[in-house]
Amino acid sequence: MGRAGRIAGLFLASFVPLAHAEQPHARYNLQQPVTGIAEQINDMHTLMLVICLFIFVGVFGVMFWAVFNHRKAKGAVAAHFHENTAVEIAWTVIPVLILLGMAWPATKTVIAMKDTSNPDITVKATGYQWKWGYDYLQGEGEGIRFLSALSTPREQIEGSAPKGDAYLLEVDNPLVVPVGKKIRVLLTANDVIHSWWVPAFGVKQDAIPGFIRDTWFRAEKEGIYRGNCAELCGRDHGFMPVVVHVLSAEKYAAWVAEQKAKATAASPSVTAPGQG
Amino acid sequence: MAAVTPEQLHGHHAPSGLMRWLTTTNHKDIGTMYMVFSFIMFLSGGVMALTIRAELFQPGLQVVQPEFFNQLTTMHGLVMVFGAIMPAFVGFANWMIPLMIGASDMAFARMNNWSFWLLPPAAILLIGSFFVPGGATAAGWTLYAPLSVQMGMGMDLAIFAIHIMGISSIMGAINIVVTVLNMRAPGMTMMKMPLFCWTWLITAYLLIAVMPVLAGAVTMVLTDRHFGTSFFNAAGGGDPVMYQHIFWFFGHPEVYIMILPAFGIVSQIIPTFARKPLFGYASMVYATASIAILSFAVWAHHMFATGMPAAGQLFFMYATMLIAVPTGVKVFNWVATMWRGALSFETPMLWAVGFIFVFTMGGFTGLICAIAPIDIQVQDTYYVVAHFHYVLVAGSLFALFAGAYYWLPKWTGHMPSEALGKLHFWCSMIFFNITFFPMHFLGLAGMPRRIPDYALQFADFNAMASVGAFGFGLSQLIFLVAVVKCIRGGERAAARSWESAEGLEWTVPSPAPHHTFEEAPVIR
Repeated sequence: MGRAGRIAGLFLASFVPLAHAEQPHARYNLQQPVTGIAEQINDMHTLMLVICLFIFVGVFGVMFWAVFNHRKAKGAVAAHFHENTAVEIAWTVIPVLILLGMAWPATKTVIAMKDTSNPDITVKATGYQWKWGYDYLQGEGEGIRFLSALSTPREQIEGSAPKGDAYLLEVDNPLVVPVGKKIRVLLTANDVIHSWWVPAFGVKQDAIPGFIRDTWFRAEKEGIYRGNCAELCGRDHGFMPVVVHVLSAEKYAAWVAEQKAKATAASPSVTAPGQG
Repeated sequence: MAAVTPEQLHGHHAPSGLMRWLTTTNHKDIGTMYMVFSFIMFLSGGVMALTIRAELFQPGLQVVQPEFFNQLTTMHGLVMVFGAIMPAFVGFANWMIPLMIGASDMAFARMNNWSFWLLPPAAILLIGSFFVPGGATAAGWTLYAPLSVQMGMGMDLAIFAIHIMGISSIMGAINIVVTVLNMRAPGMTMMKMPLFCWTWLITAYLLIAVMPVLAGAVTMVLTDRHFGTSFFNAAGGGDPVMYQHIFWFFGHPEVYIMILPAFGIVSQIIPTFARKPLFGYASMVYATASIAILSFAVWAHHMFATGMPAAGQLFFMYATMLIAVPTGVKVFNWVATMWRGALSFETPMLWAVGFIFVFTMGGFTGLICAIAPIDIQVQDTYYVVAHFHYVLVAGSLFALFAGAYYWLPKWTGHMPSEALGKLHFWCSMIFFNITFFPMHFLGLAGMPRRIPDYALQFADFNAMASVGAFGFGLSQLIFLVAVVKCIRGGERAAARSWESAEGLEWTVPSPAPHHTFEEAPVIR
């Protein structure tokens, strides 16, 4: 294979989904959804956008028609009407009906988002200035705990090194979860309010010091999903990303085993008394 | 102080120079001072915004460090809200309400002086906080606890500044309520009042209702900071989210405080240049009142991500969606006023039509944000930044410019330059959209707000927004030139400066003499 072939191979590889499939970056619209909730949110947003677009074209069609045709310079003579009860009732009642149509799907989604019952795995996420802590509380992986902080090197931020692909959206230890399982996330914070946000999951929940709040997601596709802290939390608010790796059941089991082995190695006195 | 003698009242022996402005009780002088003050604050807040946009021009940290960046976003918000937009509207109220209702002055002329002169010390505290150890507060303009409890002494200065500005606003609002209710000329019934007076009357009630709530919220932060209380500290039995409830109980009516007078100004201008009476005057009044009442029942839509129960989310979602109805009525009424009119597009009309067009886009994004599940995605992103700049810049600020060009002839006695006014309009309109339209895409794609640095996929739109922001900022200097030119000279303005302008303000000469309506006019 010549050089041209290698370049073509690289070029193709950049399109072929790898083991850790990276989401294509969203640029104009909401990120590609990977949970049912995020899917519903995207559909609702599209629907709203279309409705708003129709109203926009209607209202401003009329206004710009007047702007271009009812000009004094074109010899227009002003009419004198200044009220019309029927019209005024119509443009009060019709918007109410449109709003009811919008509220219906939104209500269903709100109720679904709030249903955190019967999770397969429960993870507690704690916001710190400026990193996240994860504790696996229940389900496969129970007992695993670690901190997750920005891994982008300082030189990239200060401009003395070229910026990587996942600039500011990469961490040392990502949250790892299995695909297709209901993950309940309990949130709290240690200092100030933070907010745990993964756009592809349609999940954003504030982490409030002294209180526990919860949310959930069920990722339908393996891959790496990236988000940020979404509540101003001080100096490095912009530098505490959220990264979630969604793995197949087998790979997740392997990851859990690896974490347990690491924990055992790190504290032999606990798991193997008498030998340390 | 001795009683005011008739000579002083008639200005023959009134103090001159600085003392004239310090001691004036004349609503026109005070209105002018409010507007000059707000323009200075507008430029200061603008410089902060441009520093923010310079940092965000490309990924990486180049211009400022994160801590100072947070100070800039915080102070930009506080200065623009409390220093620029609100005082500008109070300035308009001072100048125009007595002229519109045929009153000789505001009801409480000395209190009027005091409400203005509280503002410069507050501004000095606020801007001065940049220079104290630790710098200005960096907790965001919402000053959320417990982050605001962590801040340095700049936070305390901001709290005192807010207290002082709040007192000023409350006094100004009481003055407006009493003036409108008691000092209308004979025959000027409430339902004959110009819509600007109606919108300001309702706004004044909102101010009286919510400024004390803000004062309470920041005072609790102050005592949590220094006196060992735990209002917002869970370890002491408090709740950080309670701060947000109190703040937004103020904060949501506050956003209508900044837009209702703008509706009033636009409702004065559209009929003049359509040469046709305002369509649906009564429904405009009712719509304004409905918006004001609803504004007290929607505050927690700013808090969908805090984790309210489903019932709470649904209530605040429905209430917020309802606001679209009276707001829609207003837009339909303006369009119906223009329909089959004889339109001409002098500078004030351009701004007013521009206002309707761009403000309505902010209305649509507001409706989208009202949908709780969608808001979960866009809360605290650039989508929200785009939304509220569409309603606050293209809404409030554009209406203020419309009003300024509309009434400049009455204030100065000269017609403002159409060429400069139109140049200002088109530059502002184009650069505004270059700045803020891409922010919708940034927010949807996942860029959080209040960050000094961002992931690479956001680079193009950020660069575009920064270029637009500098264009927009520089365009505002055109306004300064236009106003200075208009004060210095230009085509003499007639008493009725615009062909078919209606209202008592156009029955007095231009410029309006120092004292007007010493004898109340009678309205048929």
